[in-house]
Amino acid sequence: MIAEGGLAALWIAAALALVQLTLGWGAARSGSEELITAVRRIAIAQGVLAALAFGILILLFLNSDMSVLLVATNSHSAKPLLYKFAGAWGNHEGSMLLWVTVLAVAGACVALFERRLPGKTLAATLGAQAAMALGFYAFIVFASNPFLRIDPPPPDGQGLNPLLQDPGLAFHPPALYFGYVGLSVAFSFAVGALVMRDVGPAFARAMRPWVLAAWIFLTIGITAGSYWAYYELGWGGWWFWDPVENASLMPWLAATALLHSVTVLATRDGLRAWTLMLALVAFAMSMLGTFLVRSGILVSVHAFAVDPTRGSFILALLGIYIGGALALFGARVGTIRQGSTFQLVSREGALVLNNLLLSVLLGIVFIGTLYPLVAQAMGQQLSIGPPFFNKAGIPVTLVLIVATMAGPLLKWRKDKWSELGRKMLVPAAAAITVTVMLLVVAPGISLNATLGLIAAGALAVASLVPLWKRNLRRTPMHIYGMVVAHLGVAVSIAGMASDAAFTQERLAAVRVGEVVTVGPFEAKLAEVRPTLGQNWSAVEAVLIVRKGDGKPFEINPQQRFFTDPVTTTSEAAIQTLWDGQLYTVIGAGEGSGKDARWQIRLWWKPFVTFIWFGGFLIAFGALLALVGRVRRERRSEEAYE
Amino acid sequence: MKRFLLLLTLMFAAPALADSGLPPPELAYTQLRDPAKELRAKALMETLRCLVCQGQSIADSDAEMAADMRALVRQRIEAGETPDQVRGWLIQRYGDYVTYDPPFSWLTAPLWAAPVLLIAIGLFIARRSFGKDDDESEGQEGTRA
Amino acid sequence: MRRLLIWAPLALFVLVFGLVASGLFAPGERAVKSAMIGQPAPAFTLPALLPGKPGVDSKTFADGKPRLVNVFASWCGPCIAEAPQLMKMREMGIEIVGIATADTPEAMLGFLTRNGDPFTAIGDDRNRKVQFAFGSAGVPETFVIDGKGKVTYQHIGYVGPQDMPKLLEALAAAR
Repeated sequence: MIAEGGLAALWIAAALALVQLTLGWGAARSGSEELITAVRRIAIAQGVLAALAFGILILLFLNSDMSVLLVATNSHSAKPLLYKFAGAWGNHEGSMLLWVTVLAVAGACVALFERRLPGKTLAATLGAQAAMALGFYAFIVFASNPFLRIDPPPPDGQGLNPLLQDPGLAFHPPALYFGYVGLSVAFSFAVGALVMRDVGPAFARAMRPWVLAAWIFLTIGITAGSYWAYYELGWGGWWFWDPVENASLMPWLAATALLHSVTVLATRDGLRAWTLMLALVAFAMSMLGTFLVRSGILVSVHAFAVDPTRGSFILALLGIYIGGALALFGARVGTIRQGSTFQLVSREGALVLNNLLLSVLLGIVFIGTLYPLVAQAMGQQLSIGPPFFNKAGIPVTLVLIVATMAGPLLKWRKDKWSELGRKMLVPAAAAITVTVMLLVVAPGISLNATLGLIAAGALAVASLVPLWKRNLRRTPMHIYGMVVAHLGVAVSIAGMASDAAFTQERLAAVRVGEVVTVGPFEAKLAEVRPTLGQNWSAVEAVLIVRKGDGKPFEINPQQRFFTDPVTTTSEAAIQTLWDGQLYTVIGAGEGSGKDARWQIRLWWKPFVTFIWFGGFLIAFGALLALVGRVRRERRSEEAYE
Repeated sequence: MKRFLLLLTLMFAAPALADSGLPPPELAYTQLRDPAKELRAKALMETLRCLVCQGQSIADSDAEMAADMRALVRQRIEAGETPDQVRGWLIQRYGDYVTYDPPFSWLTAPLWAAPVLLIAIGLFIARRSFGKDDDESEGQEGTRA
Repeated sequence: MRRLLIWAPLALFVLVFGLVASGLFAPGERAVKSAMIGQPAPAFTLPALLPGKPGVDSKTFADGKPRLVNVFASWCGPCIAEAPQLMKMREMGIEIVGIATADTPEAMLGFLTRNGDPFTAIGDDRNRKVQFAFGSAGVPETFVIDGKGKVTYQHIGYVGPQDMPKLLEALAAAR
């Protein structure tokens, strides 16, 4: 019965969303206080019901209720508890339910906490949020019902794809989802503001925490996903410019631009139309990403449950919501007064440059990802990959880093070139130091890597300059947030450039007892032995590694064989040291007895961990900014009252 | 229901492994002796598409065909060919699809022009945000509607 | 100008929407086609895989007769499915040359015993070099070579009974 309860909760939530949309419309027109209060309450109830439905699905998975089709096909009674839990969203139906749950709960949170927006605008915002939820409820109950029964129930489930049985992958999708769907709030705010023609600093301040929150989740999701691909795919790559990866990067780029433009709107009442546009684009990119991932129209290494029928449903929703919102934008934005304009050399100026470059990056990723479809439409086949994205993206990114250095050093309103030049002396000195060091230590590395390291060094220093001569105790928390986030960018770029510049690779076919060297390491293949896991068997290498005269350590890469379904996976063994990672893989064997040789792949990747460490720093900085902003708003509210 | 169950079994049937299971050629999983040549070969392999994979380069694929293509690339580089010659040879066989670095043609011209175009459009839009005037307009609302 | 800018996002969206919709509802060709069609067959010599069955030398292609070059392997499932069709063509007197991809004599012998042997020659393409030279991206694939040694047609995937007319037509055209 419990599964039917979940479906009932979904239906009621859908009905509430319809009411919320209707009343929201009415409230936005009439401005009636009672109606606005009613909309708030309905939004909260809708959130609770959606959460209830999702809770029920998790319960079904935890109970291994095999009479539910989704559980039977995606879980197994003998599966570890963590993967039973994660199984709830490790499939199409469950993840769509998570999607709509986040959408509804985010709406409920807006209804609960948002006190700054005028009632009418809030009602319009909640109405927009309900309109979107409605479409996704329809999608779930009509085309992706997670609560379908199966009769007779199988004794045991099918299990989960072995590749997905990984703690990293258990929590990477929900993080991305919170980010993707969190951007729906910004979207609804923009729609509400367009409907009410109410765009200004108050609107920006109300929207900002939501953008920040979504952005934190997106950043974490992308960072975790990159690390997962790095250790799971077994070739030491951490970003492949694959359509599925790009699908998560595009909303992130749009949201990053939005995050900065919303600050201009909040502080200086500039960039009104532009901020609205970005809010629409950010969520449009989330939806486009979901569509690309699930429709299978682009070939991706990150296989996903692909289904063209569902793809067309998502495409229809995309057309309605994004097309509708852009039409509304076209119809309304002309009547919104242009915000203030500003000087070129000012904080605003730098932020406009930041927005311009981030948008260009977004455009490059967007075109590069979708262009194979253009070729297809013309009857051609085309592959667009790292060479294009690197050639087009790296120069733009380097200029963007310079803007990131300059922005925080500039005054709002108006500053002087000479003043900027003076402040830039410190990062410039850092850049020169790094350049000289590189010329001495590593003259042979590629131009991109060199520029990346220089930029990272300069940005790391520049990001700390805003704290210079400040009373550190009285510095507002959001300033620390910005400093930490920008420092995170520098750290991450340093990791990327270091990986590109200094990685050493060693591929060899090795007999037991032989030694291979990579970078400063000597690795001896001491033994190759069979080993068994819960649902796999494996060959495992025993590599005894020594760095110089240091203490040797053992490392055990595996080649795993799963029978159900038949899959072979390389389990890389990674040794993390303070200055990088040793990445080892064992491949197939050849010959037998004493002559048996094993493919061994070794990489020494200096400072590669900085890539993900920087990513988490960025997210942490955003968290500081979020907490700081919310506390500050609350304080000023209290002062106001 | 029966049809549905059948569909399920089909969905979860293990994909036929189209692999010979034979050991790969020497240079598929080992490097060239000359580090400079290996560096060139590696850079080239990163830009060549594995034809039987779901969007991976031959440099990071476990597929047999990718392994054989890596061996082919290393042998040709070893023999003194330039990366462009090897890429050209493959494009002659498979068309532009085989390279992740799409060569400039009428089809890819918009793609390569896009970044420059985007910057130009961006500058044009951004120009509107900057006041033409000086300090006088400071703090005032923009007047253009 | 401003009006144009305001409506540009929607216009762009409609364009992209149309593009992805066409990608979804009219997906293009996914198979990787060879770019060698209309070109002379690549020059190669392959040693014999089996004793008593000759290897393949591309110089023999320009003997005035059209022929099929079948890229196949004993470990490939669809190759079993196309064997009856190949046998039928052999009976019609069509010359079929086999390029054995990553194969061993023992496995191939078993394969031919079970499924019949339509090949006049089988070359040992151990490391797929000739497969790459033909621009073939998988097994099985079948190429039609005309009497002058030019590649005139490529069939991707197994040759089913439904594919016979097209292949025969291509062979007739290559005469």
